Amino acid sequence: MDGKVEYQKKPAQSPVETERTRNRRVYVPKVDIVETGGAMVIYADIPGADEKAVEVTLEKNVLTITGKVADQEFPGRSLSYSEYDVGDYERAFTISDEVDRDRIDAVVKNGVLKLTLHRAPVAEAKRITVRME
Amino acid sequence: MTDPLREMQRLQREMNRVFTGLEQPLSQEVPLVNAWVGEGDVVVTAELPGVDPAKVDISVVGNTLTISGTRDADPLKEGESYHRQERHYGRFSRSLQLPFHVEAGNVEARYERGVLRITLPRAEADKPRKIAVQVQ
Repeated sequence: MDGKVEYQKKPAQSPVETERTRNRRVYVPKVDIVETGGAMVIYADIPGADEKAVEVTLEKNVLTITGKVADQEFPGRSLSYSEYDVGDYERAFTISDEVDRDRIDAVVKNGVLKLTLHRAPVAEAKRITVRME
Repeated sequence: MTDPLREMQRLQREMNRVFTGLEQPLSQEVPLVNAWVGEGDVVVTAELPGVDPAKVDISVVGNTLTISGTRDADPLKEGESYHRQERHYGRFSRSLQLPFHVEAGNVEARYERGVLRITLPRAEADKPRKIAVQVQ
């Protein structure tokens, strides 16, 4: 065996990278993240997607935003000049335990998703101290 | 003491980077547009998320369409701060040469889901005319 054995642990992608099953262009939406004190607000630009096409999921500590965008179609006309492509949106964030999982508000307006992640009031109580024996 | 040869190579790389950078357009015009051309009209679309439609100006002169406006940032309130700021704000302006003259009075613009869609009908005088070949 002359192949190198990898003993080193590999750092994980955060979040873990997955592959897509649909053959479609997917874009990473640009975001602003604002800390308001009581909450963290994520604004994501997702032009072309409306509130019915946006999905926000929270699994363990990974918050995923997906937005499905319908293809542009104008019957009787052909796309003769194109500077941008249309596709879905996807982006994931790792969030801390301080977020109240039951109080995440999502609103879509004018192609902008506004996600409000409220702070959990009793985050302190969940912390477990490791003792020495 | 730095190796002079290595320093030269580094400089060369740096120069290459600078000059390759210059090949790209210096100012990218925003917004990016798509144009769908039909027989009777042209549909121009642009992605403009989070823009107040009242702050978008659309003008047509001859066969040139100009889209301009402002995207305002929501001002931060007392005690708020940015963790990340990736979205673009400010003025935008964009001109586009259309394939034909348009009926400026019948231009229609809609703003939906952050996408601007402008329908520009072809000017009557600019429509192709069939000319019958006469036999003498």
